[in-house]
Amino acid sequence: MLRKFLHHNSAKQEELCSKLCCTKIEGFGVTIGKTEIFKDVNLHIHCGELTALIGPNGAGKSTLLKAILGEIEHEGKLNYFDAKGEHTGNPVIGYVPQYLNFDLSTPTSVMDLFMSCLTNLPAWLCSSNKLRDRVLENLRRVKAEYLIDRRLGALSGGELQRVLLALALDPVPDLLLLDEPVSGVDQNGLELFYEIVSELRESNDLAIILISHDLSLVAKHADRVVLLNKTVVCNGAPEFVFNNEETRKVFGMLVSPMDKGAR
Amino acid sequence: MLENVYGILDALLPYQWMDHNFMKNAFLAVLMVTPLFGLLGTMVVSNRMAFFSDSLGHGAFTGIAIGVLMGGVQPLLSIVLFSIAFAMIITYIKSKSSASTDTIIGVFSSTAIAVGLMMMSYGGGFGKFSSYLIGDLLSISPLELATLFGVFLLVVVVWMVMFNKLLIISINTALAASRGINTLFIEMVFAALLAVVVAISIQWVGLLIINSMLVLPAAAARNITNNVKQYHLVSVVFALFAGITGLIISYYCNTATGATVVLVSAILFFITLILKSRMAR
Repeated sequence: MLRKFLHHNSAKQEELCSKLCCTKIEGFGVTIGKTEIFKDVNLHIHCGELTALIGPNGAGKSTLLKAILGEIEHEGKLNYFDAKGEHTGNPVIGYVPQYLNFDLSTPTSVMDLFMSCLTNLPAWLCSSNKLRDRVLENLRRVKAEYLIDRRLGALSGGELQRVLLALALDPVPDLLLLDEPVSGVDQNGLELFYEIVSELRESNDLAIILISHDLSLVAKHADRVVLLNKTVVCNGAPEFVFNNEETRKVFGMLVSPMDKGAR
Repeated sequence: MLENVYGILDALLPYQWMDHNFMKNAFLAVLMVTPLFGLLGTMVVSNRMAFFSDSLGHGAFTGIAIGVLMGGVQPLLSIVLFSIAFAMIITYIKSKSSASTDTIIGVFSSTAIAVGLMMMSYGGGFGKFSSYLIGDLLSISPLELATLFGVFLLVVVVWMVMFNKLLIISINTALAASRGINTLFIEMVFAALLAVVVAISIQWVGLLIINSMLVLPAAAARNITNNVKQYHLVSVVFALFAGITGLIISYYCNTATGATVVLVSAILFFITLILKSRMAR
């Protein structure tokens, strides 16, 4: 506790600020062609909080993340505030996509992926030991350093997800967006992933938005749950959302995941 | 300058096939063109753009027709400009439209070839264009070699600057966006670069087989490699090997050079395919 206090006081002013921040999503809406994907989404994301985004298929969850990333045109504003509440423009966003659309036989290693994301040195021509150490350090955070020379296509769903998480954490983001795969990750892999994410939230004070399909894991790890279905239907603590009438209607739940999560 | 290079070639490769100057020129052209195909081909194959690169040949075909109709003796400039415009329009529409990529490319490709054929057959003078279908590597002139050298340097430099971004885009566009990459811009530059290389080399390689020169070395290389460095190295080495071997074989067997090069590449592909299934076992 004392060490943490000292550390915080000795830190540079900017660093101190970035640890107590929030991201405001105001009036987000996306319409593709004539189809309205979602509208009037207002969310307030705090640092050190894991916000789980749940909802039925086609509710617009992945689209919302892409809108936050700026990959899709959207209405509304994304505001990032630092500790003093001053507007500081665009947050650094880390993103873990739901799936990769690459060809499984593509000759690209985990190291290649990191190298092309982290530097301008052409990955086909140069190599750097310094960079390799940095990548190993990144992979160690997600318990995946043994994967560095593996081909992307040879990774299991869970391994790939952890590698992408490690990638999203360098440089340390203000906001981490995780789009969980619907399938292809086994239960052990999923639980490991959630544990790593929870740890990171605490150790790095990250603001995290996670799209999840596993309600009992959400109940166990999330600080806040947002039910999205064309707009925000329900938003609050896990107990509140999972005991809500609307949530039960959408998921047709007989037993609340809170009970399952507690077990 | 070129005389010095000839001298070096004579000293290094004192073989009969090297005697003629046109063979020396062709050899130098192969040394520059095939590595480019090897480099660019890696991304063409990884991005599943084989159909796109095929359509570039068709675009260049229209460029030839326009160039000749406008009275240019050397239609090269017209080919290059038209190919770049063609490639960038396809890339742009592909990114904005929800129709399937294959369909969009198919529409543009057939339109281009139809327009090209109409223009060329106007007045019944199609014969003089048929060389563009097969290509003639042995007809390359010293001036064209210099142009080729410029393109070679351009492509290598752009590839150094741009490859990392292209790789991320090929893996996931949203991931690329989260890394601050302007995906459309990078894809446009890549399309334009491909267009320039295809446009420049179509007169020597020929419309019919230019795409195989791009696709085969990379396709063969990816059978037996595990990372980006190996992939590039093997692809370039395969392309060079097929180019030089094909040139020599075509000299002795008196066959079309481009086609011979492609045949050697195809053999390499099948060998690596067998190696791959052996390695998997």
